[in-house]
Amino acid sequence: MTTPDVLRPVEPQTVPGRRRTRRSVTLAVGCVLAGLIALLAVVSLLWLPYDADDTSGGRLAGPGDGHLLGTDKLGRDLFTQLMTGSRIAIGAGLGSVLVAAALGVTLGVLAAFAQGWLDDTLSAFLDILIAFPTLLLAMLIVAARSATLGSAVLAIGLAQGAVVARLTRILVKRVLAQDYVTAARTSGTSWPRTVLGHVLPNVWPTLAVNLALQFGLAVLAEAGLSYLGLGAPPPNASWGRMLQEAQATFTTAPAGALAPGVLLVLLVIGVNLIADGLRDTLDPATRRRST
Amino acid sequence: MARYLLRRLAFLLVSLALASVVLFVLLRMLPGDPANALTSVGASPEQIAAARHSIGSDRPLPEQFTHWLGQLASGDLGTSFVSSLPVGPEVGARLNVTVPLTLAAFVLAVLVAVPAGFAAAHKRHTWYGALLSGVSQLGIAVPVFWLGMILIAVFALNAGWLPSGGFPQDGWAAPAEAVRSLVLPVVTIALVMSASLIRYVRSATLDVLGSDHLRTARALGSSFGRAMWRHGLRNASVPVISVLGIELASTLLGAVVVESVYALPGLGSLLATGIAQHDYPVVQGVLFLSTLAVLLIGFAADLVQRIVDPRLRGRLSGGAR
Repeated sequence: MTTPDVLRPVEPQTVPGRRRTRRSVTLAVGCVLAGLIALLAVVSLLWLPYDADDTSGGRLAGPGDGHLLGTDKLGRDLFTQLMTGSRIAIGAGLGSVLVAAALGVTLGVLAAFAQGWLDDTLSAFLDILIAFPTLLLAMLIVAARSATLGSAVLAIGLAQGAVVARLTRILVKRVLAQDYVTAARTSGTSWPRTVLGHVLPNVWPTLAVNLALQFGLAVLAEAGLSYLGLGAPPPNASWGRMLQEAQATFTTAPAGALAPGVLLVLLVIGVNLIADGLRDTLDPATRRRST
Repeated sequence: MARYLLRRLAFLLVSLALASVVLFVLLRMLPGDPANALTSVGASPEQIAAARHSIGSDRPLPEQFTHWLGQLASGDLGTSFVSSLPVGPEVGARLNVTVPLTLAAFVLAVLVAVPAGFAAAHKRHTWYGALLSGVSQLGIAVPVFWLGMILIAVFALNAGWLPSGGFPQDGWAAPAEAVRSLVLPVVTIALVMSASLIRYVRSATLDVLGSDHLRTARALGSSFGRAMWRHGLRNASVPVISVLGIELASTLLGAVVVESVYALPGLGSLLATGIAQHDYPVVQGVLFLSTLAVLLIGFAADLVQRIVDPRLRGRLSGGAR
């Protein structure tokens, strides 16, 4: 960051109208994709095509014949499992992001106020934590507790908390250097009020976008943990575990090895697109970039 | 620069010392008694106590810690509780798989992502610029293990070109087989890694493309290529280097899932079984080496950043902030 965002020239090639259209298209496509999965999760609470442990369909039946996508190796309806799996995916995403936000924002604000060696130590600590893959931390935590969805969510949230904390620290430091914060301080506003009134409102848009991205990463991390057998235990139909179970029969029954992956990708792309669209809407300074 | 190097080196050592304390304490906080792994199910209290004594877990924590540090100082990573084999050679054997896997994937990802990310930024108003951004958007949403499954199904099970998993018993003594068994895992990691790298490279390039000094250089008559070469590349590479460092470190440790998909005997799978069996020396050894690698890579990334960007030299660590 060498140039303050405000000083950046507006991109000449992009007409404002076209930019707005693209932005709303991104947001709309994202909402549709993520909304589809969310709809699946909501419907699954009210109605399921088959009972979750109904094995009457016969093992590894192909798509059609009463089973939209066929059955798994125990004869359970695949589509029913996909529906209940959407609850786990969304729940894991939301839970992890909540943990990450609570931990990361608190730690980040504290680190931003730290000075000198304490600042160096804290940011180095966060750097090390970030370099450790989420999955590794998660494996340690799952070993300490047991393989449940809660352990997985806690572990993913902790790992992501470090990322959120580092981002928060950078954002808050930038706001703290602004003249209006100095003005607020010299006019006698207390630190807590400065943080709540000036700092958080200014860092919130960027944080919200990052948290949306973390949601997608959390969904992928939970799927990875479940694939390794460290997520929600059976008979919970986590998409990651469904993929792991279907791996051996990929060529004979491809539906089971493809469908959960497709839904995972749709959900994560949907949320990422929402994040991109949100950033363009919330944060005018980065509007011209769309990474 | 020399003063900076000394300060940064001291910082590295302090971090390593702190990390080893944290590591040691954390592992002792895990529930479950490693002595259980050594004794049979109906073992008497005396047998369990004997097992504890044999692995030293009945001694006070500070004593265990200094013992471990002493071992480390002499290059000994300890002995596995479960297999009774020394940890060092076991880790070394695993590194023979993990290091080539990681480095090859990293190099491949950089070779793909740097030009692709630059093109995605420079040509963002053309169809292939948009396509590149779209592909990387898709790439970061694909679970790495699923990509692995699909590659196995297509290139190993259907086409039969490559093995679907495993690593030759003889290891690198059978070089052709070893390379063949690593092709799909390398491609899997490289694809996922380059998808996220493309976004960073694209964003860094966009920053530079919109900067005043590049516009000035162009206004003074430099061609685009010359302006980019003299004024653009250095600036764009600073944030990318720090991301590269993090990506390299996390791939080295994070290959667990890919190793599991392809049944490779790597560091990740050693760690996974170690954790499951409460095998402290194994977990401790692997995590200590990993921390060391993470710190060294961070050190190298900081150093390279300071060589590239003199403005950072007053700061202790990090660059993209």
